[in-house]
Amino acid sequence: MSAAVPLRGFPDAVTGNPTVAANEPDGGSTAEPAALRGERQRSPRRRSPTGTAQLDHPVVDNFGTPHQYPGRLIVVEGIDGSGKTTQLGLLAKWLESSGYALSQTEWNSSALVKAAVKAGKKKNLLTPTTFSLLHATDFADRQLYTIVPALKAGMLVLADRYAYTAFARDVARGVNRDWVRDLYSFAVKPDLVVYFRVSVEVSLERLLARRVKLKFYEAGMDMGWSADPAESFRIFQSKVLHEYDQIVAAHGIHVIDAVEGITEQQQLFRDLVGDHLEGYRP
Amino acid sequence: MIATTTRRGAHGGVRPGHYYGHGLAHPAEDIRGPIIVIEGTDGVGRTTQVRLLREWLEVRGYGVVETGLLPSTLMEPTIELAKTSNLLNPLTFVLLHACDFAHRMETEIIPALKAGFVVLADRYIYTAVARACVRGVDSQWIRRLYGFALAPHLVFYLKIDPDTLARRMLANGGISYWESGMDLRCGDNIFDNFRSYQRQLLRAYASMADEFDFRVLNGRQPVATIQAQLQRQIGAFLDSRPDAPEGRE
Repeated sequence: MSAAVPLRGFPDAVTGNPTVAANEPDGGSTAEPAALRGERQRSPRRRSPTGTAQLDHPVVDNFGTPHQYPGRLIVVEGIDGSGKTTQLGLLAKWLESSGYALSQTEWNSSALVKAAVKAGKKKNLLTPTTFSLLHATDFADRQLYTIVPALKAGMLVLADRYAYTAFARDVARGVNRDWVRDLYSFAVKPDLVVYFRVSVEVSLERLLARRVKLKFYEAGMDMGWSADPAESFRIFQSKVLHEYDQIVAAHGIHVIDAVEGITEQQQLFRDLVGDHLEGYRP
Repeated sequence: MIATTTRRGAHGGVRPGHYYGHGLAHPAEDIRGPIIVIEGTDGVGRTTQVRLLREWLEVRGYGVVETGLLPSTLMEPTIELAKTSNLLNPLTFVLLHACDFAHRMETEIIPALKAGFVVLADRYIYTAVARACVRGVDSQWIRRLYGFALAPHLVFYLKIDPDTLARRMLANGGISYWESGMDLRCGDNIFDNFRSYQRQLLRAYASMADEFDFRVLNGRQPVATIQAQLQRQIGAFLDSRPDAPEGRE
């Protein structure tokens, strides 16, 4: 599969042109039976005159189209140990001190699925598919209760990880690329996505310096690739990195080299965000 | 991995025992047993029929594993929490149930089929699709979401009309909140809600009949009549399989 595969039926992030299934290099349209391939019907977008009705009706083709809420959605992505959470924290300080109203949201944090994720992880019951679906449920819940209300209120929403994390991690676990992209087609399209790129070795070094033990799922131990946590982490996160590289290309995501100093990275990050907030009035 | 035929009408164009769409992270190999699905709305008598079928199959020497849509141990606490605390919206409702079904598929259905059991499903993805569609979720999106489900070998649909259904349920202990689609917040009139919700559900089922090759049975017939029809069709199907137990005609 080539690096810049646009989402089926969604506008190509680079060209802005709608893509058609026939352009897909993986022949997805023939590998999938008609009934479930379900030629995507481009229903007219159901929006209220204020442009705020996206999830009031659970129409699920949000991800390909810019949202029309008055707020702004800024997303950071990166593998564990890339420093994205540190960077987002510093960005929040800057934005708050500049007087913006912020709402922050974090991957896998909703109360709704917490119990299931915890129980599933503890008993090692989760498979790549159920793991993926639980995270999607968490995401849907946060979108409904946190992200969309804040965007409607005209706030700046800062998201630590977004659907791209699922695109990278779930596919690295063997979940089908198209399936997981389809799954998240209800996600509000972010205004700015910044990917903090770091090598597996650097991220591993940072994590080991900070913690005694690598987390089971973070290291991809559930996949049984290696009994050694560090080795498993290397294998799993290399696959994740590979997926991220494709995602960055396909979605026009900004990349910051996460090996630079924290302050240098933050300056780059603030410049990017500053450019994006031109014309935005809270 | 998947049948390349695009013929509609026969299990959505997918051969039985293969994934409908994009499957789980592993291929469906070495599937030996068949999946037989009894579909139909709340209170139509599915569970009674499944119980009788199981007995009949076991007497004939088939190992049977039952499955259904009741929440599994993985998701039960979460689904209960969500239902009781009114936390669900259509999308999270659909996703939680899809997760639960995927869990069942991987931990119950596929292992049983590989071991050669007959899997008897008291409801399958069609109920999940119907419920989602009634709640306004995109009908193609939900079909692709459930691409990880295996196409069953036989799908029986017990068809009934909303009025018969309402009378039957009121005679058997009443109508529940969820069976009336009360989460759709259409007001407090439970009888009217039940009828309108079930009418929508029945329409959604009907729209899937050709696509997924339902064998439609009249759900208003007596239990024994429906059971005899099920046994005749299932018996013929099982006897046509190469691994049918011997010494029984």
